[in-house]
Amino acid sequence: MTNTIGCIEKADVILVTGSNTTENHPVLSSYVKRAVKFRGTKVIVVDPRRIKMSRFADIYLRQNLGSDVAWLNGMMNVIIAEGLHDQNFVESRTEGFEELKKTVEKYTPEYVEEISGIPAEKLVEAARLYANAKAASILYCMGITQHSHGTDNVKSLANLAMLCGHMGIEGGGVNPLRGQNNVQGACDMGGLPNVYPAYQPVTDPAIAKKFEDAWGVTGLSTNLGLKVTDMIPKAHDGELKALYIIGENPLVSDPDLNHAEKSIKNLDFLVVQDIFMTETAELADVVLPAKCFAEKDGTFSNTERRVQRVRTAVEPPGDVWDDWKITCEIGTRMGLPMAYADSEAVFEELRTVTPSYAGITYDRIDQVGIPWPCLNVEHPGTPILHRDQFTRGKGLFHAIDYTPPKEQADDEFPLYLTTGRLLYQYHTGSMTMKTAGLNDRAPECIVEISPADAATYELEDGEKVEVASRRGNINATVQISTTAVTGTVFIPFHFAEAAANKLTNAALDPVSGIPEYKVCAVKLSKAA
Amino acid sequence: MTTENTISINGNGFSFKPGDTILDVARKHDIDIPTLCHLKGATPTGACRMCVVEVEGARTLLASCATPAAANMVVETESPKVVETRKMLLQLLLASGNHNCAISGSAGSDWTAFQLKVHKDDGSDELCPVWGDCHLQELAYRYQVSGEAFDSTEVSYPMETVNPFIVRDFSRCILCGRCVQACNDVQVNNAINFGYRGAPTKIVAAEDKPLKDSDCVFCGECVQACPVGALVEKDARYAVRPWETTKVRTTCTYCGVGCQVHLHIQGGKVVKVTGVEDLSPNFGSLCVKGRFGFDFIHSPERLKAPLIKKNGQFREATWDEALDLVADKLGSIKDAHGADSIGVLTSARVTNEENYIANKFTRAVLKTNNIDHCARL
Repeated sequence: MTNTIGCIEKADVILVTGSNTTENHPVLSSYVKRAVKFRGTKVIVVDPRRIKMSRFADIYLRQNLGSDVAWLNGMMNVIIAEGLHDQNFVESRTEGFEELKKTVEKYTPEYVEEISGIPAEKLVEAARLYANAKAASILYCMGITQHSHGTDNVKSLANLAMLCGHMGIEGGGVNPLRGQNNVQGACDMGGLPNVYPAYQPVTDPAIAKKFEDAWGVTGLSTNLGLKVTDMIPKAHDGELKALYIIGENPLVSDPDLNHAEKSIKNLDFLVVQDIFMTETAELADVVLPAKCFAEKDGTFSNTERRVQRVRTAVEPPGDVWDDWKITCEIGTRMGLPMAYADSEAVFEELRTVTPSYAGITYDRIDQVGIPWPCLNVEHPGTPILHRDQFTRGKGLFHAIDYTPPKEQADDEFPLYLTTGRLLYQYHTGSMTMKTAGLNDRAPECIVEISPADAATYELEDGEKVEVASRRGNINATVQISTTAVTGTVFIPFHFAEAAANKLTNAALDPVSGIPEYKVCAVKLSKAA
Repeated sequence: MTTENTISINGNGFSFKPGDTILDVARKHDIDIPTLCHLKGATPTGACRMCVVEVEGARTLLASCATPAAANMVVETESPKVVETRKMLLQLLLASGNHNCAISGSAGSDWTAFQLKVHKDDGSDELCPVWGDCHLQELAYRYQVSGEAFDSTEVSYPMETVNPFIVRDFSRCILCGRCVQACNDVQVNNAINFGYRGAPTKIVAAEDKPLKDSDCVFCGECVQACPVGALVEKDARYAVRPWETTKVRTTCTYCGVGCQVHLHIQGGKVVKVTGVEDLSPNFGSLCVKGRFGFDFIHSPERLKAPLIKKNGQFREATWDEALDLVADKLGSIKDAHGADSIGVLTSARVTNEENYIANKFTRAVLKTNNIDHCARL
């Protein structure tokens, strides 16, 4: 997030898109709901499902799946045509405005209505509301990123925020909501194929040299590494021979699971380090048992970049180790001595090579976490990014055209499928499914379908239905709901026995490598 | 002291900001005015009257939570009149339900009969499930009162136990309304409210349905807000006693909000989770997963030793054996096929320290940049 969670309550307008906030970030959603209730904040929800947050919205827009660039360009078309953009901000803080203006020119509300299904006059209303706000915040999540053009979607959101000057101010910002406790930290710490900690590029020889000196090694690679979504096909083709997987369950979370399973089985050697025997661990040659969060010390970085402490509360169940210690032991056995007294010693090392964490110490975050960048031990941290300038200096507008999703509904697969999470389960369920109460509330895989679609396919609430795509099929229980919009069904991806990802399309965003989980074509038929 | 923004409390002068209530000023200066219904962050209702104070010139006692501080106000927080009122309020509350802490019966009346009746209602022979963690009990001790001063009121609503997380025990509800505010003003889930009127008043969900059939999302904000034993975590009821637990503060392990939590430990196990009050990012709030989804920690299915697969079957191994095998295999694959034939998936679930080590291992030991995690998935 460019801004803090607390900042949300200071916005006059909040645009929520591609985020089912009340189910996936319930505590954060209360900031939005309180702002509506007590400050009269206006909320615009743009989502393919009539999610609960739409009840709190002044404007709810339902876009066709994958049409986000179109409606965002449409909003900008209206804003520029009506002169509602922040000319001062555009002139002093950005570049590329003319190109943007030219590109969005053809995205008139009427044209956008054809693509997105959003009524022209509603789009105009939303554009005016967002542009005229003193401070408007954008909250988004995987509904924006999990598309074959997800990067375009995110850039379009940034375009909109810059156009209206809603950046670098309290209550503004472009705020991705991180779905896992430490996605932010995994990225910050170099858990990515293209960057070292603090996003220092691997392709820069000077950076490689810096890390060679810090780690006392030579020969660090300056080639880009493989993304997870490249590793799987490479495993399939036999180019990738071994995988060491720490705390991940790709055999439920990857797209087009049938293909992913074949690929992983094709590896020469698979090591899985986890707290449970997951679907992925079952395939491993060696399984290494790790401590869970309640048994370890360390830090997590939350969605607002706040580095917070994790503390040991209980003893682990057997002879299981900290994840860092296991990895260090393997490294040491492979020739690089990696010995640390405790997690704080690791942190002390990492902050010497991670400039944005340099000023953070366990002592300083004992009571309240600090949002990075925090450059030295006197630095207070940075709640709001891009206050005076952007990372690259001036903010760059990206002129982007709409491209349709990779798969369209047709005669054979007439319905659209979009996927996501439920309130009562989490990701692949390896943790939440151990709590009986959560299973009681969300016991099995459902397919959420509109009353009209249910009537068309003669389906009753609670009956089993087969859902099939070009890649696979699963059985799920029909849940007739007015949250669903006719023509689109929703399936949560938590349930391994009815894995939604057997259906999803592995078409990738060319930049981020994120799969198009949010759009594919399916058909329904009565389960045998 | 007679300056513009000064108030006198118990003979001492304090300055205040416009908008401060008497309670705000008192709390800022560690003057302990007791409250029951007051919920930080929500609009004061003044419903329970426990926070009444005597203000010079006022005809009646005033609820300090709802009375703005005013210039030259002279306030007494523990005058005889205030104490007498609080005692009576507490006696009424204690007589109003199954408050079977040691406080009841201390006046020498029929202790045994009362206990037996409550045991029957509870289906348990234990003392109140929140004994030692109850605001009403604390205040009863502080003001040395018990429930016998008034006839006990009949309990009119049965306990609700039909959901997996929260027990609603109306026999212990004092109708302070904190849960209603927690639900409507803090989490804004709008699931519960006051229902019926007058004596039959009850906190209801929807049209007096069980929570599971209402808009309730089981965030448990109401449980954390309840000052008595009316709302208790189902699994912790009777099983978790505050004098047997310790608390460790940490960060929730589910989504990216990073809620600050207290893990309550009893007998070496996490038995309850509460939100850390007063601190960002969650100021005490949690969701159903963060508050109730902790059973995985002590699940019997946890992995307990390294495993090596032989002929399609896993067998337990020592750490040395497993680690040697991994180092040996990765080493020989690297030698035979090059560093880029190996990939590492680190994890959005583990700590920064562990991600940093995975990054260092991949780049400095394997000598490849093939490292990623599930941020994309």
